[in-house]
Amino acid sequence: MNAFWIILTGSLVATCCSLLGCYLILRRMAMVGDAISHAVLPGIVIAFLLTGSRDSVPMLIGAGLLGVLTTFLIEFFHRYARVQSDAAIGVTFTWLFAIGIILISVFAGQVDLDQDCVLYGEIAYVPLDLWITESGLSLGPRTVWTIGAVTILIILFIVVGYKELFLTAFDPGYAAAIGVSTTLWYYLLMTAVSLTTVASFESVGAILVVALLVAPPATAYLLTDKFKTMLVLSVLLGIVASFAGYYLAVWLDGSIAGAIATITGIEFMLAFLFSPSKGILIRKKLLHPVQH
Amino acid sequence: MILQAENPIVEVHDLTVSYDRKPVLWGVDLTLPAGALVGVIGPNGAGKSTLVKAMMDLLPSGSGYVRLFDKSINEVRKRISYVPQRESVDWDFPASVFDVVLMGRYGKMGLFNRPRKADKDAAMEALEKVGMQSYADRQISQLSGGQQQRVFLARALAQNADLYFMDEPFAGVDIATETAIIELLRTMRDQGKTVIVVHHDLQSAADYFDWVVLLNMRLVASGPTEKVLTQQLLEQTYGGKLTVLSKVGELLRKQEFPSREKR
Repeated sequence: MNAFWIILTGSLVATCCSLLGCYLILRRMAMVGDAISHAVLPGIVIAFLLTGSRDSVPMLIGAGLLGVLTTFLIEFFHRYARVQSDAAIGVTFTWLFAIGIILISVFAGQVDLDQDCVLYGEIAYVPLDLWITESGLSLGPRTVWTIGAVTILIILFIVVGYKELFLTAFDPGYAAAIGVSTTLWYYLLMTAVSLTTVASFESVGAILVVALLVAPPATAYLLTDKFKTMLVLSVLLGIVASFAGYYLAVWLDGSIAGAIATITGIEFMLAFLFSPSKGILIRKKLLHPVQH
Repeated sequence: MILQAENPIVEVHDLTVSYDRKPVLWGVDLTLPAGALVGVIGPNGAGKSTLVKAMMDLLPSGSGYVRLFDKSINEVRKRISYVPQRESVDWDFPASVFDVVLMGRYGKMGLFNRPRKADKDAAMEALEKVGMQSYADRQISQLSGGQQQRVFLARALAQNADLYFMDEPFAGVDIATETAIIELLRTMRDQGKTVIVVHHDLQSAADYFDWVVLLNMRLVASGPTEKVLTQQLLEQTYGGKLTVLSKVGELLRKQEFPSREKR
């Protein structure tokens, strides 16, 4: 049963991250996921200090706000201070993350959080934190419920906003001209990334979130030329990585999150070498001349 | 020489646009007629694209205002369309030709709605107009420059707008595509649409446009082509590059436009 809960959690996290990651890499913003996943830390700590509980909802709100603040600051530094966007990302998230670390260390006695847990997470503990109702009925791990709810939200978001997300990622200038707000969809996407990040945080850790935001979408990008296929494929790749990663970790008796991230890397290498359209070993044979 | 159009479809009043506090357009004040093919012409860096983007309110303007159809832009977004510069998007994006053309229908569809048959038919019809119907399922990464331009044009056509803004639609396309595009623009004009085109080739300008806007950071001239494309006004627009200009001026006087070499 423990294996089931761990793999389910991993798969749900992988689903959210892979779907949103597709939009991030096509917008050339993959590292914004990295930035958000670190910069939400002060939001989590402040939410904890204000409410005094490790309840998911206040933390999701705190982290969500910080995530949007992060993207806002990145845009602000890039656009108004004319700093390169990667430099703006680097400055913003390290600074916010550092504030989070200071908050944790200053309030160490009161905060049941530590840096290791935040960075690496511990998916193996998922089955231990059960949601038990007052009548004593066990509903399964708390994390599964949180991340499950977030997964449903993200899927709804993508289904409802499919056209707008697709258009604003491909051609923001045209989108704005015909009256689709690029700013609105940008911040909605970033809010979704923040939510996903923080919901995945305590279970899988920031590093696996970054890996799942980037590696499965990048792998899917190498395997297909169709956007819808890319979305589905990246989710499948993420789920396969959760399964394979879990059993790899059991076999090695090592970190589950680390093993899942490793599998996503292996998937990417395989696609890079053997993708039918873009793999470097196969591509040359199939190249057909472009018609003019 | 700045002539005003009667019943203008576009009114620009005292428009100033700056990038990073450096003005690129100064006090532009003009009107454009409905149902015309309008060319916006000037040297590199004259602010041609900036003017077109500012007309659609895609850039923050420092001062002045624009009215389209005698209304503010946000009231008429559904009636305008835009063909951005080809280089402005990533052509390796995982999308098919049909996906891109269908985007032309998004503005009318609204949130929640998925493309219906009418939308798909309109997209297919637009592809036929630019001669690309057999490429509908093709990946956009496999298109040549001319084909990319046709796809962008088809997307704008699918919108069935009344006012079109096109940023350098003839840049880097082959002569067959250029001819096909200008034919299409003329048909649109004859159907009562207004098309505003950013253009950098002086030789073809006199042949293509009914109304010309000469721009070099400030507005030099705006009016019917035959009144505006004079050597004196061109010299004012292009400043020092007189050798090229005297040649062009001579061409204009003789009204001879030799066919251009295929690029």
